[in-house]
Amino acid sequence: MKTNSEIYNLTVNGETHQVRDSWVGESLLYVLRERLGLPGSKGACEQGECGSCTVIMDGQAVCSCLVMAATAIDSDIQTIESLSPNGVLTEVQNAFITEGGVQCGFCTPGLVVAIEHLLSQNSDPSELEIKEAISGNICRCTGYGRIFEAVENAISVRKANNR
Amino acid sequence: MSVVVPRTLKDALSATAANPSALIIQGGTDLMVEINFNHRQPTDVIALRLIDELRTFQINQDNKQVTIGAGLPYQTMEHGEIANLLPALAQAARTVGSPQIRATGSIGGNLGTCSPAGDALPVLSALNGTVNLQKADSARSVSIHDFMIGVKRNSRQPGEIIVSTTLPIVTGWQGYAKVGVRNAMVISVASCCLVVDRANGTISVALGAVGPTIVRCRETEAWLATKIDLKTKSTVAPKLLQEFGDRIAEESRPIDDHRSTAAYRRHAVAVLSRRLLTRANAQ
Ligand SMILES: Cc1cc2nc3c(=O)[nH]c(=O)nc-3n(C[C@H](O)[C@H](O)[C@H](O)COP(=O)(O)OP(=O)(O)OC[C@H]3O[C@@H](n4cnc5c(N)ncnc54)[C@H](O)[C@@H]3O)c2cc1C
Ligand code: FES
Ligand code: FES
Repeated sequence: MKTNSEIYNLTVNGETHQVRDSWVGESLLYVLRERLGLPGSKGACEQGECGSCTVIMDGQAVCSCLVMAATAIDSDIQTIESLSPNGVLTEVQNAFITEGGVQCGFCTPGLVVAIEHLLSQNSDPSELEIKEAISGNICRCTGYGRIFEAVENAISVRKANNR
Repeated sequence: MSVVVPRTLKDALSATAANPSALIIQGGTDLMVEINFNHRQPTDVIALRLIDELRTFQINQDNKQVTIGAGLPYQTMEHGEIANLLPALAQAARTVGSPQIRATGSIGGNLGTCSPAGDALPVLSALNGTVNLQKADSARSVSIHDFMIGVKRNSRQPGEIIVSTTLPIVTGWQGYAKVGVRNAMVISVASCCLVVDRANGTISVALGAVGPTIVRCRETEAWLATKIDLKTKSTVAPKLLQEFGDRIAEESRPIDDHRSTAAYRRHAVAVLSRRLLTRANAQ
């Protein structure tokens, strides 16, 4: 029940990581990036507004900047790095490339995690459901049009692959 | 420095008893912003996120009340049983932040922060909700109106955990509406919850973000009850509707701040309250 705030374990992408010498107030985003060598999740606002730090925690898409890392023990955390462990991209990742959904790319990991999460729960979302699912992710470059096209593309490729 | 992540409410209450000044954290959607920006440097933390008891809700046996755990995330209130019984709460929950925020943000945290713009709070006020608090050796329930005491101030005592809120199931229309600068992810500029209790022939109207705490418009509520029979559905004449909104605006106590002006907020609550009253009588 009690965790020593200086040493605790996090389960990230199926592996147990020991976090040492950490300050209690550190966010999960900070610990992932700076202590565990997982820089895929991005930090832009650190106030829950931009979604670029989105990860899956116990099956929910959450902002890792708003999770106190030392309290995230006993949780299953999946980051963008978990999606293509052997370098084989998912349908969503491929669609972002083919549809031009990536410009500067800063928002991309958070968007991809949010969209993968949506499609894992609902394989055939409506336009409104897609908009709703990524309403917590901000992109300053694309204007979103190509991102919606990427989602549509990923959905049809997944359907063709019977997913 | 210590971080305690209890699994049961009992263990959490022992932890707060042992360290009444420790920082309580649930979803972290308010607290982590403060911590990330160095406005707060916690040393001792008690995290409630793994306590299942706080993440449930019960419909009380006689079907008259719903008790919602302080840690239940907003996303659970948007659909399903809570949404059927407490549509205004579902509508308010639906307006909070983004899916990521609604996956962890809670009523306990909204009450803990006690911002006048907190979206759950006008609903609790309009429904005359009760806040249930516990300490290791005692428990108490207070009216939402005695719980909220000022801007970001509440009557929680050190060592107390907010465990739940109890809301009555009311027959009649209820709804929540809010104005902000965009559709998603927006803190309210002004908001309104309106509840018609057909059985008792009463109406209640509570406003958010237009006063130091939620504003209950008791004068306008009493005035309207003398003008129309709230026990039955009746059309509200345009002139009456106009005066209703004007009176609501009159009862609000908004200020100018970085989000909006007092004048706009007064206008907004008049429009929102008229809109809700119209909806209430249309269905
Ligand atoms: C991007 C973003 C958008 C947001 N949008 C909205 C919005 O639209 N509407 C809105 O109302 N809010 C919004 N918020 C604020 C926040 O999400 C809500 O206030 C939410 O209800 C807080 O819940 P939490 O569980 O995350 O609280 P936490 O951050 O965990 O806690 C908040 C406070 O409550 C105390 N506390 C929490 N639980 C308990 C308990 N059980 N007992 C005693 N004290 C407790 C804590 O000590 C702390 O002081 C937003 C926040 C962000 C980051
Ligand atoms: S960095 Fe977490 S939401 Fe922006
Ligand atoms: S591609 Fe640059 S922010 Fe989205």
